[in-house]
Amino acid sequence: MDFATILQVLDSTVRLATPLLLACLAGLFSERSGIIDIGLEGKMLAAAFLSAAIAATTGSVWWGLLAGIVGASLMSGIHGLASITFRGNQLISGVAINFLASGLTVLIAQDWFGQGGRTPSLMGGGRFESITLPLAETLRPVPVLGPIYAELISGHSILVYVAFLMVPATWWVLFRTRFGLRLRAVGEAPEAVDTAGVSVIGLRYAAIAICGLLCGLAGAYLATGLQAGFVREMTAGRGYIALAALIFAKWRPWYALYACLLFGLLQAVALRYQSIDLGGVVIPVQVMDALPYILTVVILAGFVGKAIPPRAGGEPYVKER
Amino acid sequence: MDRMPAWADAVLVPLISILLAAAISALVILAIGENPVDAFTLMVEGALMRSSGWGYTLYYTTNFIFTGLCVAVAFHARMFNIGGEGQAMIGGLGVALACLFLPMPHWTLSLLVATFAAAAFGAAWAFVPAWLQARRGSHIVITTIMFNFIAAAVLNYVLVNLLRPAGAMDPASANFPETTHLPTFQDMFAAEGSALFRGAPANVTFFLAVLACIGVWVLIWRTRLGYEIRAFGQSESAARYAGISPVRTTVFAMLISGGLAGMMALNTTMGEAERLVMNATEGAGFIGIAVALMGRSHPAGVFLAALLFGFLYQGGAELALWTNIPRELITVIQALVILFTGALDNMVRMPLEKLFGALRRRDA
Repeated sequence: MDFATILQVLDSTVRLATPLLLACLAGLFSERSGIIDIGLEGKMLAAAFLSAAIAATTGSVWWGLLAGIVGASLMSGIHGLASITFRGNQLISGVAINFLASGLTVLIAQDWFGQGGRTPSLMGGGRFESITLPLAETLRPVPVLGPIYAELISGHSILVYVAFLMVPATWWVLFRTRFGLRLRAVGEAPEAVDTAGVSVIGLRYAAIAICGLLCGLAGAYLATGLQAGFVREMTAGRGYIALAALIFAKWRPWYALYACLLFGLLQAVALRYQSIDLGGVVIPVQVMDALPYILTVVILAGFVGKAIPPRAGGEPYVKER
Repeated sequence: MDRMPAWADAVLVPLISILLAAAISALVILAIGENPVDAFTLMVEGALMRSSGWGYTLYYTTNFIFTGLCVAVAFHARMFNIGGEGQAMIGGLGVALACLFLPMPHWTLSLLVATFAAAAFGAAWAFVPAWLQARRGSHIVITTIMFNFIAAAVLNYVLVNLLRPAGAMDPASANFPETTHLPTFQDMFAAEGSALFRGAPANVTFFLAVLACIGVWVLIWRTRLGYEIRAFGQSESAARYAGISPVRTTVFAMLISGGLAGMMALNTTMGEAERLVMNATEGAGFIGIAVALMGRSHPAGVFLAALLFGFLYQGGAELALWTNIPRELITVIQALVILFTGALDNMVRMPLEKLFGALRRRDA
């Protein structure tokens, strides 16, 4: 494996990690506020479909992005209604959202475009173009660092940079603002927040709204950045990998970045090589596919550093009378 | 207290939920420019008006009874086993291994061996999440989701690298030997030359599913373990105080749950495909969630809900065949049923409780 190949794999890692990272941060906001979200997959799927559909009809990727955010937010709204207002089971609500998105996207796509549940391929302004950072070509001849800058850091679509900037932004919001403090508190001890005169319901809906926004970005990136158009079930379990990354990161933003990069790397390697020969031991591609899930189970089992979720996660808040 | 009578809780709430789901589904059908009444008529005709339609409906029903019972048993212990899909996949592996490497001289014996294999493999796949939940406190929902994906990878590996016959292209096992073929409804009920149940995949496993319903009823309401499972589900601290071991109850409930999911594979793998294919479960593990929620985790309810979903599945296939409505409509209906009977339960329940409370006050 030479330097150019490594660079290519890492480049593809960055692309594949982006939707995971956005969805993972979406889940982070939701779960830190005490709303467990296993509906990330469905929200991303809804956003992917709507962004591709609107981008294909209007020819503008920005309208597509907006539509994707609206789609994911609607799904988030259903989750909020079920789990906050009607105090239903958040897990069951998440499952319902995943199926709702999985069914509705194909149903509407088939009715709208008649291409067997796909949207037309996006061209030109319907996709996010990759951005060449300043001086990328000038610096390319510089040994080692030049190609890294030109290939790995430069040349991604805007949403990739947005996703990576979201990590410090999330950290800052959660750990350096009053809103963030309250959001984390509401996920640990909602009764204390309520006693302090802050609305538990309002905070949780705010978290759900941020979650919808970020899932919208993730879905839009899938359909208009990573690929050119929507195909059925195109999220392909990414929402669950993001959930796995969230647990792996123990609900912390910087660790979420590392976990998503790791899982993105696994996806990139699985995509490039069918099986890997490590000095006589052949690792089949299925191991790469299953590794994010296996690692998460190991982390959950607490053998390698215990993952402790927010204390009030999954519990609907009932005001005392 | 604003409480409802038991019959309203058991019948009225699910009924209103399903009506809400049906109304929204009708709106969806209208929105894509089809007529909901025509669509429903077509579904009834395709699924219930012909014996072969019934043959398919009951075939799907069999799957959903097993997966519905799987989720229901776990619900009784207040656990959400979302891993029925993975447990059924691994159960299928057990069935395939039993049929390929332990062929018996008669189908009855083969069914017996395969049932043990299916239940054992499914239960084994549920054991790790159960043990991790009981001993290490890892959330069973997350671990069972992860185990679904791991199961898919395992099955993929086994089919592509180990069980695929030499020279075959598609990732599937060899065909099972003749003596493992289960009698279909056509074999059992149709006279020579009659068209009854012709070509339909419903088979003897359906009766096994009915037996499983009875078995689960006995287990939950007539055995010590069932009592422990229910007590544990009602209140873990009370159960612990009464000397019921949380670890034991969790693990046993999940083993039974996983075993039931695994037995679903008897129907698809041994009864229908007669070989192990990649996507034998076809999401039935997840439909079990809707079935258990609708059936209020009671075996009789699960049976009726499974029948409803069997009808929806077969009717949906008819719709996809004759109209522009894709099969995904059924996924939407399934999502709506899960949403209304599971997550938005209180939305239906709260007004009803108020109504019954008002009625009672007027009587008093």
